[in-house]
This record gives sequence, structure tokens and C-alpha cells, in this order.
Amino acid sequence: MDEVLDEALVKDHKPAWKGGDQPYEASYGKLMMWFFLITDTLTFSAFLAAYGFSRFKYPDIWPNPEDVFSHFPFLHGEHPLLFVALMTFILIMSSVTMVLAVNYGHKMQKKKVILWLSLTIVGGAIFLGSQAWEWGHFIHGDKGGINTKTEHVVHIAEGEKLSSVYALMGADGHDGMHHHFTVDQVITSLEANPQYNIRTANRMYLTNEDAIAYLRENASEVLLGANLKNNEYGHPLFADYFFFITGFHGFHVFSGVILLIIILINVIKGTYERRGHYEMVEKVGLYWHFVDLVWVFVFTFFYLV
Amino acid sequence: MASETNGNWWIWKVFWILLFITAFEVALGIIKPSFLVDTIFLGTKLINHVFIILTIIKAAYIINQFMHLGHEKVTLKWTILLPALILVPYLLFILLNEGFYTYLKI
Repeated sequence: MDEVLDEALVKDHKPAWKGGDQPYEASYGKLMMWFFLITDTLTFSAFLAAYGFSRFKYPDIWPNPEDVFSHFPFLHGEHPLLFVALMTFILIMSSVTMVLAVNYGHKMQKKKVILWLSLTIVGGAIFLGSQAWEWGHFIHGDKGGINTKTEHVVHIAEGEKLSSVYALMGADGHDGMHHHFTVDQVITSLEANPQYNIRTANRMYLTNEDAIAYLRENASEVLLGANLKNNEYGHPLFADYFFFITGFHGFHVFSGVILLIIILINVIKGTYERRGHYEMVEKVGLYWHFVDLVWVFVFTFFYLV
Repeated sequence: MASETNGNWWIWKVFWILLFITAFEVALGIIKPSFLVDTIFLGTKLINHVFIILTIIKAAYIINQFMHLGHEKVTLKWTILLPALILVPYLLFILLNEGFYTYLKI
């Protein structure tokens, strides 16, 4: 089919663009991948801009990311930023293996392309697993919080240090049980344990008596964990944006892994060897680097700033 | 196209740069030096400006080297970069400029 077309073109000398005469010196497929990535850039920019907008609308009561994402699998205690730094490292690493696969594709070294593509898929899968763990941790919650009638979330503290509803109630938050506490139970516990107090939504520490009076007047329910309606860490919008933006990015990673698996099968079958070039690896590579690029921004605006 | 055939050293160079910048960001995020956190510049903490600048440097390396845009034709470069460079700051400007309505207490 292609040969017939080529012959016809050569015969007629007709200036038709079927990827032969390339004004951008890039093939049709690569150009279209770039154009798609521009649209995706604008989508993610809009998400992050909306996040920043909401965040600076509620600067006093927006949760501190390092209070929220402070855990590391199999480790006890507080390790803010470490887990998400590891996830970033995994994604950068998988970008490197992807470039290597593209590079060996240019040299038509099939075995090395298979090796580095497989490692990229492994990296993507580990990243998705990490994100699932982080989501699980976020949904389950950690310290618990108390919602007020004005939708401000307050937290249990011990002096000037953040504590948890579980510690106050003498329960284990990680025993796999489904806990439920009422506001009255929390107030009773605060009366019985005067070393505990609360931290208000704008991060002021009240004394034990003030805390009890505040909760009597304002508290509406005890929040354990996070969902789209409310979350124990603070403003409900924080959870909404977290689920939406990291979810949308995670969906991109997931699609990327599927695409990588498809082209890996094609590489193994020798499709691109017969075609004479590994451009398909390069095109999916562009998409994969873009996913890494988006994560760099999500990492900054969700976890660092 | 030349760098593709000149071995893989440039890939690892970019990797180490990205890793170093990320490690530096995480260290800053954990230590939070007080002069960066307490100084307010252009409406936000100085440390946030540092994070954003470092992020843009990382993004530039990924786009330029990994996505190979630095080695494409100049016309292609601008075709891809200009829409983002115009529309993203425009979006941010609209949100910052018009967003003050939400702060009005009526």
C-alpha cells in the first residue's frame, strides 16, 4: 500500500504531505502527540491554578501538607515529605529508563529496548502502588478531627503538640477496626484527661477548659478519615482537590503503563524492527515524560508550597 | 539528533541534576530555614518562590532533554511552547486579578 502511494507521488511530483516532506522535521504522529500534550498541559494548569485559588482563599484554615502526608510504609513516627519524595524519585527514574529505551530504539537494538521498556513499566507500576497506599492512608485518616458548625476542622492536641482523637479516646487507629466517636464522648474524655486540649482551624492552641467550652458550643461531629464531603485534616476542598488532581495524574500514569505494555509486546513481536524504526517508542516516551513533568508540578504545589 | 548517538552519558547527567534539585527541595521543605519562611515577597513566602523556580528548572530539563524539544527545529519549539507560555500565565493572571470578588463580604 505504502509503496504504491510512494511510487505515485514520485511519478506525479505532487507536493502532498504524507510525512515525507516534513516542515517541522517531525513526523505526523510525533506532532500530534505534542499537540495532545499541549492540551493536557492546559488542563493540568487549570486544575493547579484552581487549587492555588482555593488555597489562598482559605489561607488560615487550609491544612498543612506536612501534617497530612507524614507517614512512610513500615516506619513509625512522623516523616513528612519522605514518601512523596520517594515517589518522585521513582517517576524520575522511570523517565530515565524510558529515554534509554528510546535511545536504544534509534540504534535498533531490540534486546536493550525490551530491557529498558520493561524497567519503565516496573517503575510506573511501583508509582501506582505507592499512590494507592497514599490514597488508602489519606482515606483512612490518621489523627481524626472535629468538625464545627462553621465547617472549620479542629484537632486534638497535647499542650502545644498535635495529638489525635484516638490517643484521647485510648483507641488504636491502626487496628483495622471501624471506629466511631461522638462529640459528647470526646468532651467527656477531655474533662477526664486535662493534659489534652485542642488546636483550632487557624492553628491556635486552647487550654483544656477553653477547648471544652469551644466544643460544647461549636462542635458538630467527629471526623475520622477523608472523603469528598469532609475530611479530618481540614477544609473539605483540600480532599476534593487531592482526589481529583492526584487521581487524574494517576489515571495518566495508568494509561501510560497500558500504552507501554502494548508497545513492549510489539517490540518483542518485532513489529518496529520490520517497520524499520522505533518511532512508536519515542511517541509513547513523549507521553511518559509528560506524566513525569506534571508530577514535578503536583509535587511542588501539593506538597511543598 | 547528534546527541542520540553519542552514548548515554547525557541521560545520566540530567538524572543527577533532577535528583539533586528534588533532594534539595525536600531538604528545604523539612528544614524550613526561617529567613525563607518568614520573608514575604510578592504576596507569598520567599521559600515558595524558591520552590517554584526550582520546579521550572526541573521542567525545563525534562522538556529540553528527555522530551528532546531542545533538538527539534526552532519553528516546532515555538509552536509547542508559545501556547503554553501565553495561556498558562494568562489563566493565572485572570484568577489572581478577578479572584478578589470572592473575598468581598457582602
